[in-house]
Amino acid sequence: MSKTQPAITHPETVITADDEVPAIHIVREFDASPDKVYRAHTDPEILVKWLGPRSVEMEVDFWDCRTGGSYRYLHRRDGDDGAEEYAFHGCFHEVRPDRMVQTFTYEGYPDGVSLETLILEELDGGRTRLTINSIVESFEARDMILASGMETGVVEGYEQLDELLREGGES
Amino acid sequence: MSSQQATAKQLSQVFSALADPIRRDMVARLAIGDATVTELAEPYDVSLQAISKHLKILGEAGLVSRTREAQRRPVHLEAEVFDLATKWLERYRREAEERYQRLDEVLAAMSDTDKEPEES
Repeated sequence: MSKTQPAITHPETVITADDEVPAIHIVREFDASPDKVYRAHTDPEILVKWLGPRSVEMEVDFWDCRTGGSYRYLHRRDGDDGAEEYAFHGCFHEVRPDRMVQTFTYEGYPDGVSLETLILEELDGGRTRLTINSIVESFEARDMILASGMETGVVEGYEQLDELLREGGES
Repeated sequence: MSSQQATAKQLSQVFSALADPIRRDMVARLAIGDATVTELAEPYDVSLQAISKHLKILGEAGLVSRTREAQRRPVHLEAEVFDLATKWLERYRREAEERYQRLDEVLAAMSDTDKEPEES
């Protein structure tokens, strides 16, 4: 895979859009042991405290976090047109303290599925580097994920790009 | 292909064009001002042909354009397309960073033992 890994440690999240496969790479370091970071990803009581945006309430439908298990959770929030609900589900392909492999589907787009590999590495000083490699079925799907956001959403993003490309197309 | 699919394909080209270190470098150079192919090739130990190939990829992604009329045919950065792509990636990154800052807080409050401290 061709990707640019930063040589120096970065205090903030680094995101790379791969150019060879439809993947997103995420790297983040934590001032905590791999064991703690692992527990924060596997214990649903801890997970609900950080995974969802502050504006949503996260509810775990089921969570069977073991190799061969599965999960489903919901994000709820009060939108402009009343209560909004977003559901997600997937399977745990492999769960072990240094590596988790799972699928992920947003139920609003049930045909889409990503395969996510989380790697936990111990760093000096009891710190941890988390690397997530997330791969989907096409570059189009990957870029829709990158372009989507809680605030503006993918359609508005595409409209902006359409407009720009139309303007630039004449030269 | 629907117009949204076509746009998604275009967006793919933008991200893919920017994923290459030489092309990112060329974009950074063009952000300062227009340049000819010869000027763009100067810092690299690669053929003009290789530079032209990189430019073709940047051009197909809508990131650069070349003036047809002028003799020197300088390359021009379509800054708005570039800004939009980087803005999207940055917004995605920011959302991930906010999520991990919440995790930082949770980790700081966790005990070293197996069980999480009971909520009082």
